[in-house]
Amino acid sequence: MPLLSVEHASKRFGAVVALDDVSLTVDSGEFFALLGPSGCGKTTLMRLVAGFETPDSGRVTLAGQDLAGAPPHRRPVNMMFQSYALFPHLNVFDNIAFGLRRQGASRVAIQSRVAELLDIVQMQNLGARRIEQLSGGQRQRVALARALAPGPSLLLLDEPLAALDRKLREETQFQLKDIQRRLKTSFVIVTHDQDEALALADRIAVMRAGKIEQIGSPPEIYERPASRFVAGFVGATNMIEGFVARDDGGWFVAPFGRLKRADCALRDGARAALSLRPEQIVVARDGEGVPGVVEDIAFRGETTQLRIGVAARQALRVSCTNGNRFSLGEPVRLMIAPDAGVLFAEAE
Amino acid sequence: MSVPRKKLSGGQRAVLAAPYLWIVVFFLAPMALIAKISLSHPAETRPPYEPTFSIDDGLAGVLAKARTLGFDAYRALADDRLYLDSYLTSLLIAGVSTAIMLMIAYPFALTMARAPRRLRSLLIGLAVAPFWTSFLIRVYAWIALLKDEGLINHALMALHIIDAPLSIYATNGAVVIGIVYSYLPFMLLPLYSALERQDPALREAAADLGASPLQVFWRVTLPLSRPGVIAGCLLVFIPAVGEFVIPDLLGGSETLMIGRTLWNDFFANRDWPAASAAAIILLALLIGPLLVAERARLRAEEEPS
Amino acid sequence: MRFARSLVLLLGFAFLYGPILILAAMSFNASKLVTVWGGFSTKWYVALLDDAATLNAAKISLSVAALSAAIATLLGLAAAVALARFGGFRTRGLFFGAVHAPLVLPEVVLGLALLSAFVAFGFERGFVTLVIAHATFTMCFTSVVLLAALRGLDPSQEEAAMDLGATPMRAFALVVLPAIAPSLASAFLLAFTLSLDDLVIASFTTGPGATTLPMRIYSQVRLGVTPEVNAISTLLLAFVGIILAISALALNRPARDLA
Repeated sequence: MPLLSVEHASKRFGAVVALDDVSLTVDSGEFFALLGPSGCGKTTLMRLVAGFETPDSGRVTLAGQDLAGAPPHRRPVNMMFQSYALFPHLNVFDNIAFGLRRQGASRVAIQSRVAELLDIVQMQNLGARRIEQLSGGQRQRVALARALAPGPSLLLLDEPLAALDRKLREETQFQLKDIQRRLKTSFVIVTHDQDEALALADRIAVMRAGKIEQIGSPPEIYERPASRFVAGFVGATNMIEGFVARDDGGWFVAPFGRLKRADCALRDGARAALSLRPEQIVVARDGEGVPGVVEDIAFRGETTQLRIGVAARQALRVSCTNGNRFSLGEPVRLMIAPDAGVLFAEAE
Repeated sequence: MSVPRKKLSGGQRAVLAAPYLWIVVFFLAPMALIAKISLSHPAETRPPYEPTFSIDDGLAGVLAKARTLGFDAYRALADDRLYLDSYLTSLLIAGVSTAIMLMIAYPFALTMARAPRRLRSLLIGLAVAPFWTSFLIRVYAWIALLKDEGLINHALMALHIIDAPLSIYATNGAVVIGIVYSYLPFMLLPLYSALERQDPALREAAADLGASPLQVFWRVTLPLSRPGVIAGCLLVFIPAVGEFVIPDLLGGSETLMIGRTLWNDFFANRDWPAASAAAIILLALLIGPLLVAERARLRAEEEPS
Repeated sequence: MRFARSLVLLLGFAFLYGPILILAAMSFNASKLVTVWGGFSTKWYVALLDDAATLNAAKISLSVAALSAAIATLLGLAAAVALARFGGFRTRGLFFGAVHAPLVLPEVVLGLALLSAFVAFGFERGFVTLVIAHATFTMCFTSVVLLAALRGLDPSQEEAAMDLGATPMRAFALVVLPAIAPSLASAFLLAFTLSLDDLVIASFTTGPGATTLPMRIYSQVRLGVTPEVNAISTLLLAFVGIILAISALALNRPARDLA
């Protein structure tokens, strides 16, 4: 039985539909991500689970129990706020102990539990510090410890890494995943950063305009996006418009040429779009393949991003390693395998 | 941003009840009462007006008494030169004081708003501090200054600027000085807030586009500070119209301000209906400015801070 | 430019503080006359000690101020909470207007209304009616201060407290009250000094035996500028000044964070 189950939840604020018939499940011990652009409803969904909003229709159950009507302070769900929301008039220890005190835990129990958490987030001996004395990264860890202290079965994290700079973010990603695995608590993070979602989550729900576009593991979402939106939102892609031709097998007719397709169920003449990831296109100096001209080279360290002009006013983004062997204006050939990328029917 | 309609929970109702009840009993009811008194007639009774209602009257008694209510007090006021002059003088004095205050406060507030950041709160704090001290005492201090044998005349004569003492005390002029002095912090605060909030980049952009310092002030700073100016002016004008202490202490016998006239009618003449009618009319006079102030405040609330 | 700025500030502060400082200086003037300096003397202060009426009035004023400020702060907090958090409840507009009205109403009107009401209700006028009257008119000031404070709060802290198991009331007590503590203090101080200074409303609503200090000063002033009045006035100014200084120091120290 899944730990969290959201069934057909809908919510509107005045004329704005924030959630439209949303359903999903989160398993025990799972790291789950709600991913989508701002305004897609992910924050509303999270606040619904936490109890700060009530759905207009639909149900939220936790461990089989319907959470309807339960106010936030009575749900076994805790939230780590985007702004951290640490209590400035309490020190680190008292912030973390807050939830435990509400539970009525004994002094001894509180002492050991807070020490345990300080250890987990690697802030031992900092219990007496005042919040204003902490750095951004430290505050984030205290916020996490505070939310974990009451031992919730489900932890909601609202854009947990958004306020951190890049280096710190990568480091914190590892720590976050590590902590989640160790505690076996279900984490649900809400984020607009697809790199974060791909790196952290066991499963991702991609949302847009109040609806769920796709739920799947990171490789599924990335390699087999269910819609144009998911293909475009998660990872970079070339979205090439064209149509299908059936002529001794399936072909995709793009403005710059015909590409053989391995399996194509669309009928002849159907309008379609091919989503090709930059790393799925192989670029070579010569050979068979689509002819093109190098228009731009962006060296990124481990990869090089090339922009290859392939037709009048159309260019493809290609990613390759050691791509600095090419130079601007050089003619090249692009090889696209028949099973590369995903073909979407019109208006998908 | 409109406030969403909601039903209140029991606990919320309890929280609201305390201040609400207090306000109804000690503010709304009294206000309704003076409206009623203004429709009554003076009498030698205690309280000095009739009719007075009581539970023993019964419905018929109440209706009978209610029929004796009338607008006599208002009619009498309309004919009363004393009151008309009082209203006019009050509006005039309050208006002049407000204008003078604006001219004094604006450069002062502007200078404080442009001072180095860490000095600003200290400066505005010092400027507003006198407000916390006794109003009465500050006005009283001016008596010593303005009298014929007071400090100002003494100093001016010692410097041979004048030969005979200026008769400032016990005139409308003294009242204006008193009002300007006492209400200045009320004008300073909104002006300072509005000016301090202005983004210096706007002035820099104007200068960059060719505006001289004077033009920058006239075309950028001043227009942008308009809400603060309006707020400050209303905040001092409205209470100043009904001011009592200042005209009583610094004004002469011909200084007719409505606050004083009302007080005299109430205490000296024991004409409660007249005083109540005058109070109601005063409120009516101020409704216009009050609504403007309310609308400005609402607009300020919706502005992103 | 720099010189002009300093000059403006200097003139401004001279105007604001001049009369007060002159008053204070006068209170130490051995001579009764304003224009003659008769040497430094504290005799007017000594004379105060024998002035039972003034001392009594001071006592009354201080106790009325403390009581009415406490009531006004509590009621103002409740009103501010209702206005900030209860959404658009029925008659909110009326409530808002009534709470804020004394801010702009002339005091004579308010005093008149309250006195009429006390007489009509049959209340004996004295200490109690005075406290009630002062609490009523200072409540609008405390609610303005507290409303601004509540509106400036970050709602996520209260949500975090509830998320961690605190009931809405406990969350309010544990998170909101500490956060607005400075505003609570300044609201109380504001109500206190307003009550301490008030002349008009006190005159209308007090009774025999409950004469306030401003009333006493006023009645003496009508008889002319007397040096004893200078002394008590300077004392009053100093008292309020010390309170202000203490609160300024105390309230400026706590956390500048709230990040």
